[in-house]
Amino acid sequence: MYASVVLAAVLLLPLLGALYAGLFGTCQKSLQVGIVNSSLLGLSFLGALYLLNLSLHNQSVQAVLFDWMALGGFSVKFSFGLDSISAVMIVVVTLVSFLVHVYSIGYMLHDKGYNRYFSYLSGFVFSMLVLVLSDNFLGLFVGWEGVGLCSYLLIGFWYHKESANNASIEAFVMNRIADLGMLMGILLVYWTFGSVQYSVVFANIANADSHLLFCIGLLLFVGAVGKSAQFPLHTWLANAMEGPTPVSALIHAATMVTAGVYLVIRAHPLYSALPGLGYAIACLGAFVALFGASMALVNKDLKRVVAYSTLSQLGYMFVGAGLGAYWIALFHLFTHAFFKALLFLGAGNVMHAMHDELDISKMGGLLKPLKTTAILMGLASLALCGLYPFAGFFSKDKILEVAFATGHHGLFLALLIGALFTAFYSFRLLMLVFFAPKVHSIDHPHEASSFMLWAMLPLAILAVVAGFFEHGFFHFVSKAISVPSFAEYSVPKLLLLALTTIGVLLSIAYAVQKYKKGFGNKEGGFFYRLLLNQYYIPTLYGTLSRVFLKFAFWVWRKIEVRMLDVFVDTIAKIPTLLGQMLTPLQSGNLSSALRLMTFGVVVIIFVTMLSFWS
Amino acid sequence: MLTLAHYLVFAALLFSVGLFGILRRKNILMLFFSTEIMLNAINVAFVAIAHSLKNIDGQVFALFMIAVAAAEVAIGLGLVILWHRKHKSLDIDTLVRMKG
Repeated sequence: MYASVVLAAVLLLPLLGALYAGLFGTCQKSLQVGIVNSSLLGLSFLGALYLLNLSLHNQSVQAVLFDWMALGGFSVKFSFGLDSISAVMIVVVTLVSFLVHVYSIGYMLHDKGYNRYFSYLSGFVFSMLVLVLSDNFLGLFVGWEGVGLCSYLLIGFWYHKESANNASIEAFVMNRIADLGMLMGILLVYWTFGSVQYSVVFANIANADSHLLFCIGLLLFVGAVGKSAQFPLHTWLANAMEGPTPVSALIHAATMVTAGVYLVIRAHPLYSALPGLGYAIACLGAFVALFGASMALVNKDLKRVVAYSTLSQLGYMFVGAGLGAYWIALFHLFTHAFFKALLFLGAGNVMHAMHDELDISKMGGLLKPLKTTAILMGLASLALCGLYPFAGFFSKDKILEVAFATGHHGLFLALLIGALFTAFYSFRLLMLVFFAPKVHSIDHPHEASSFMLWAMLPLAILAVVAGFFEHGFFHFVSKAISVPSFAEYSVPKLLLLALTTIGVLLSIAYAVQKYKKGFGNKEGGFFYRLLLNQYYIPTLYGTLSRVFLKFAFWVWRKIEVRMLDVFVDTIAKIPTLLGQMLTPLQSGNLSSALRLMTFGVVVIIFVTMLSFWS
Repeated sequence: MLTLAHYLVFAALLFSVGLFGILRRKNILMLFFSTEIMLNAINVAFVAIAHSLKNIDGQVFALFMIAVAAAEVAIGLGLVILWHRKHKSLDIDTLVRMKG
């Protein structure tokens, strides 16, 4: 009973914050809004820790807030449940968003939309918590749409910029496309199982028709592709960099893009029953891991490099999940949240110092003025590269091992190359920003306030040490996730580790060597242009949407205006015409009205008499 | 010997006279008189029926109607006078301010 109150509090405190900040939405910015919201998130985080502790002691918590819908045989409760998967997720979500909130107090201090910003940010966290904690597919979908909406609001936060508007619309539309798949999947779940409750659905998987099951798995995965920005719906993620930087940290580390991975992990009984689909997911994941990383190799935009890195890391998670190693996918999600948030917040500091300049070929020499940021970002990059003893090492190499152990050597190779790319672009970024000769013309770039740096510290610590929780994490999560048979790897573990580590180190050395003297004009050629233009996929989408626009114009002019509108207008004209015919009756002339009335009375009397006689 | 039927026929004739007046006359005052004639025709019918049923209800109704008609005429005539002052006319066909 007490625990379910805590669960509801963890869930509702961010909502309270969003409403509170929304109350001051159009008022003058006031510092207390940020402080109140951050403290609410802090409380929520403490609650999440308490729940994690409960979950560690094998207690499951249920909170039924109210009956949601009851239509005939269909009834859903607005209820939330806690198991070890969601316990891990809420701790990550609330921790990262708490730190991002605190960081934002400093980062958004000079922005006019300060109050509005906090309202959206807390709303985002609330939606994510609904998504994670819900114990049925419908609640998941509500959270799913909630994060979609909040990401739209936050990406387009600076709505006076046209590019921000376009980016927010793109994110929304891409997500809507995927959400259609998700919604159809949920409908199909209800059709097949007669319920949307996880427990009921997963208990009956063995009895379901395998074709239907496949369709459900596929449709739900389409939803995950949209949210987690996997190919071919990935273009929105890089453009989403138009939003404020802490938002990017939140979207990339803990909330929206991890939702897709979470869905696959959450529905693991379903995907375990579909190894073929799982393999397809893994292939897509490996492809995106390489694809995203390759685009990060050449991009000059500070934040976009990090965004492509997220794309690629999500690919890793999907490989893990697709091959059945759900706990490893969750573990990578867990560690990735910390170092990716750190990387983004660091990027925020750099932007702050460079007066919102994003082009890394115009930076350089920032090591001295931004020493703390450089160290923090360095730590995050090392963790991202997966070097021992940083967090990424434990989770990423586990995914590589799984790919190898299950005999998917092609996937393994793709992931390995992806890892080399990761090391290269991470250090390319660091070199160009901090170590290369100074290119910019800003006199005294200054470090962000110490307050913001303190907010990053816990993330830095976790980025270093999170990997050591591996065994505890495994035991904890394996209570909820059945661990597949290849848990005991019969692979040359040390050889693989040596291979990746040496490869990554060489890659780093190459990046350091190449960008030691700054950017120069070294890059060019076909591949460079291909990568810089993101494989011309945005161009392709642009062309496709223009064709569609033309078609839509044609439909509008020929079918809507000429046929539908004419039809509807004709229907509307008939009553008007009748009305016009009747207006002479309303002459206002008393005698004619009386005459009509008398005539009516006579008719009534006549009819009554007739009915009496018959 | 006068029976109930005589009274009712008289009332119907009186009513028709009133109705005819309402339909044919143009002067508001004439319309008023016609209305009063119709009301009185109804009064006659009420009283006659009450008498034949040996019941007092009809009589009471007739009294009410006389009272109400008096009140109505008082207000109506006031309005008619005002109207006449304003428009110098009592022709019903010119009073079309409520035209739709």
